[in-house]
Amino acid sequence: MSANNDTIGKTITVTVLLCVVCSVIVSAAAVLLKPKQIANKDQDRKSNILAAAGINDPSKSVDELFAQITTKYVDLETGKFTTDVPAKYDAKKAAKDPQLGKALSKDADIASIKYQAKVMPVYMIENNGQIEKLILPVHGYGLWSTLYGFLALEGDLNTVVGFGFYSHAETPGLGGEVDNPNWKALWPGKEVYPQGSMEPALGLIKGTVDSSNPKAKHQIDGLAGATLTANGVTNLVHFWMGSNGYAPFLSNLKAGGA
Amino acid sequence: MSQAKEVLSNPVFKNNPIGLQILGVCSALAVTSNLNTAMVMTMAVIAVTAFSNLFVSIIRNHIPGNVRIICQMTIIASLVIVVDQILKAFAYDVSKQLSVFVGLIITNCIVMGRAEAFAMKNPPGISFMDGIGNGLGYGVVLIFVGFLRELFGAGKLFGYEVLPLINDGGWYMGNGLMLLPPSAFFIIGMFIWLVRTFHKDQVEAPDFELAKNTKKEAV
Repeated sequence: MSANNDTIGKTITVTVLLCVVCSVIVSAAAVLLKPKQIANKDQDRKSNILAAAGINDPSKSVDELFAQITTKYVDLETGKFTTDVPAKYDAKKAAKDPQLGKALSKDADIASIKYQAKVMPVYMIENNGQIEKLILPVHGYGLWSTLYGFLALEGDLNTVVGFGFYSHAETPGLGGEVDNPNWKALWPGKEVYPQGSMEPALGLIKGTVDSSNPKAKHQIDGLAGATLTANGVTNLVHFWMGSNGYAPFLSNLKAGGA
Repeated sequence: MSQAKEVLSNPVFKNNPIGLQILGVCSALAVTSNLNTAMVMTMAVIAVTAFSNLFVSIIRNHIPGNVRIICQMTIIASLVIVVDQILKAFAYDVSKQLSVFVGLIITNCIVMGRAEAFAMKNPPGISFMDGIGNGLGYGVVLIFVGFLRELFGAGKLFGYEVLPLINDGGWYMGNGLMLLPPSAFFIIGMFIWLVRTFHKDQVEAPDFELAKNTKKEAV
C-alpha cells in the first residue's frame, strides 16, 4: 500500500471502478439465473400441490403429472370462479394489497393471518367435467410461524384426500411433526363438514382418536407436546373451510356451478 | 509449496476459526441441524472466503487505506449474492432451508477477518489457499456439529435413517434439543475442549483466579 493510494482522486477511482465491476457481476448473475430460479419455484409449488393430492409417480416428471391439473381462480366473497386476475397473480402479495386483499376483523380472523386475498387460486383434477379432486391452498398461524399448505378434497367436496404443509418453522420434533408422514396419513378419508352443514367440524383433538366415537370422522390425532401448533392447524382448517374461506365456493359447486 | 500446505491445513485444527478464534458461531448454530445444509453451507463459505481473498489480494496494492474495509465488503457482498443466486438456481431445496443464512455469510467474521488479516498483505495464490483453508476449518466444525445433531436429533445421516425413531415405529427416542440451535453451543464447546486437549498451546491463561472459599461452615 503506497501512500499515493490515499489521495482523493485515487480513492474515488478505485471505489467507483470496484463498484461498477461488482454491480456488473451481481446483475449478470441475477439476470442469467432468473429463468432457472423461477422454474425452480414453480416446480416446488407444483410438487407440493401434487403431494397434497396424493399423486406420486416417480417415473413421470412433475410437469407431466401437473398437466392433469387445472388452475382456476375463485372470488372468495361470491364463491364463484373469476378470470379477473392480474398476470402472475400471487395470493400472498395480494393479501396486503389495498385493492386485491382485505384486512380481517379480529373475531373473523381465527387463523391469525390478519390479511386475506380476495381471490385465491384453486387446483382441480377434472374427469369429464366432473371434479375428481380439488386442492385448496390454506395457511394460518401455529406457534412460531405461519404454516402454508394444501388441503385436497374428493369430488364430494367433503372427504379429505390429503393434507400437507410446504412451509413452516414450528419446533422440530414437536410442532414440526406436522411433516411426519405417519401423521399426514391420518387425514385421508376424514370429512370436513358434518351432514347437511357448511360449518367445518374437522380438527385436531388431544390424544388419539377413538374410532368408535361417532365424531371420529371429523377428528385427527393431536400432536403430543405441540398443543399450540395443533390449535393453529385446527383454526386454519376452520377458517379456510368456513364462511370467510372456501365454504361459499364449495356450496356453489355442490349446487351445480360456480 | 510448503507454505501453501501450511495455510491450507493450519486453520483446520491448529488455528480453527471457530475453535480458536470463536468466529462465525452464529451461522454454525443455525445451519447445522442436518448434514445436508451443513455441507452446502460449508461449500458456500469456502467459495466466498477463497474468492474474496483472491480478489482482495489482487487489488490490495490499489485499495486506499482509509476505505479498505468498505472495498472488502463490496467484494464479499457481491460474491455472497452470486453464491446465493447460484444456490437458488441449482440447489433450490437446500437454499430454502438455508434461507437467510447464505446472505448472512456477508457478516461472517471469518470472511472479512481473512480478507483484512491475510489477503491485504499476501499475493493472490497464497491468499486463495488461505481462504480455502479457513473455509475448511469452518466446515469441519459445521460438519462435526451437523453429524451429531442429525444423528442424535433425527436419527438420520444425510437424510438416510440410521437410528429408527419411535415416532416411525423404531426404537430410538430422538433428542429434541439436538434439533434446536442451542445444542450447537454445547457441541461446539465440546469440540473446542477436544481440540484443546490435543493442542495444549491453545489453552488460554485464565483472566483471573477464583478466590478460595475461606468459610468452612454454612452461614
